[in-house]
Amino acid sequence: MGGSIAAIGMGLAAIGAGIGVGSIGNKALESIARQPEAIGDIRANMILTAALVEGAALIAILFSYLVA
Amino acid sequence: MKRTIILFITGLFFCGKIFCQFSSVESNNILLASELPVTHSAPGAGEHEHSGEQAQNHRAAGEEGSAHNGNEGHGEHTPFDPKSTAFHHISDLNVYSIGSWNLPLPCILYAPGHGWSVFSSGKFGIDNAHHGNGHVAIDGYVLNHGRVNRISGEFPGGTVEVESIFSSSDKQSGANGKDSVRIAGINYGLDKPSTADGGLFGGGITSFYDFSLTKNAVSMLLVILLLSWAFLSMARNYRRAPGTAPRGAQLLFEPIILFIQDEVAKPFLGRQWERFMPLLLALFFFILGLNLFGQIPFLGGSNVTGNLSVTMVLAVIAFIVVNTNGNRHYWEHVFWMPGVPAWVKTILTPVEVLGVFIKPLTLMLRLFANITAGHMAILIFISLIFIFGQSGANTGAGLGASVGSGLLTIFMMSIELLVAVIQAFVFTLLTACYIGAAIEDHHHAAEEHHA
Repeated sequence: MGGSIAAIGMGLAAIGAGIGVGSIGNKALESIARQPEAIGDIRANMILTAALVEGAALIAILFSYLVA
Repeated sequence: MKRTIILFITGLFFCGKIFCQFSSVESNNILLASELPVTHSAPGAGEHEHSGEQAQNHRAAGEEGSAHNGNEGHGEHTPFDPKSTAFHHISDLNVYSIGSWNLPLPCILYAPGHGWSVFSSGKFGIDNAHHGNGHVAIDGYVLNHGRVNRISGEFPGGTVEVESIFSSSDKQSGANGKDSVRIAGINYGLDKPSTADGGLFGGGITSFYDFSLTKNAVSMLLVILLLSWAFLSMARNYRRAPGTAPRGAQLLFEPIILFIQDEVAKPFLGRQWERFMPLLLALFFFILGLNLFGQIPFLGGSNVTGNLSVTMVLAVIAFIVVNTNGNRHYWEHVFWMPGVPAWVKTILTPVEVLGVFIKPLTLMLRLFANITAGHMAILIFISLIFIFGQSGANTGAGLGASVGSGLLTIFMMSIELLVAVIQAFVFTLLTACYIGAAIEDHHHAAEEHHA
């Protein structure tokens, strides 16, 4: 039972991170389309932000492993 | 600078080594906190034959009569367990397994009150049929699923023949919650492998320390040798012919080094970027090398950067560098954020102090989770063959699934090549970002606060 609840929690965390990373990618692509010369800066910041968002999901996944 | 990088990489290795050996199965201890049912069923289908001892036990228990098509030990009562197989393959081992061969590695073990034991893990008598279980106990140590475990309590030294090894989930185990070993008809409990976390993540405090040169340590050594050779030969080329066009390995490494310099170090570290270049390059190439080394098929697939101790050491190094280089502004922003009302500071200060520790924690978890998830996904895709084939009972379905599974595995491996580079880059980038935040001069920031 604990395992299935943890799995639901893991899924919820993945949804949250998915929305977050998706909107980061969306805005980054928009900005690249608008200003192709700034691609280097945008890419570096995009990866940085995506990594930060992903961190929350990773912690959730780890805790769900611990609970399961 | 190349020599400094190599020095750094070697330093990383030794730190990693020290921690790694305190917890030889760290990722397992985290993830196996809930006592996964570790069955001794082998994946079957030729690559790993079932252990003879297990088969004997099953026969003795009278459960083997229904086993079909001569595939011993694969009766219905031991279904193929993808979870335990995957965990077995991503954990650190005291043997180096290439395909179905187990290469012995040196074991350096210390038990308080018992002293040091140094021998080769080949002495445990692992053969290819045993999936990492040893035939004999040496000085009270046995090889259980490729890892050294110590028999609980007092046990005479010397070499003793082992009848069989049971997992904790096995009814015949007899020892509550522990794996056990049967020697001369008596079951003895096995202590868990040693851990650095003191049992916080379910590893449990154990009775011995394992300083052995494990599979992960050997992989790290190999990667360090490769990187040292590449960097030293390139450095020699640069010294011999300065200013000429790069050639050979330089063509591969120079753009990467320039990328780290121009995209990571200079934008994030400002004026002092040159001071931290060796650290950043060492981190990047060490992580990238290990990520890629773990992706080489049929070469052990060692999961070094997917090992919590290794990533913990890397994160601790980042933590130390950030906080020893932090200037007055950095600490001011942590403990007494300028430009905000006092009541906000009472909330902000605890959050910022926590943030100091959460940053390296996420560094550690991100690398660990990404690499472990990749290895797991590949192993699970390969497991599909055995799930569909019902451990050899349904060869046709197994063969059919192997086509899809092979394609999925190739797809996953391609993704993993990407992930290997991205995670090495992200680790370096975030380390640079944290260092940059700690050493920033804060002229413009100060103006904002006073405005």
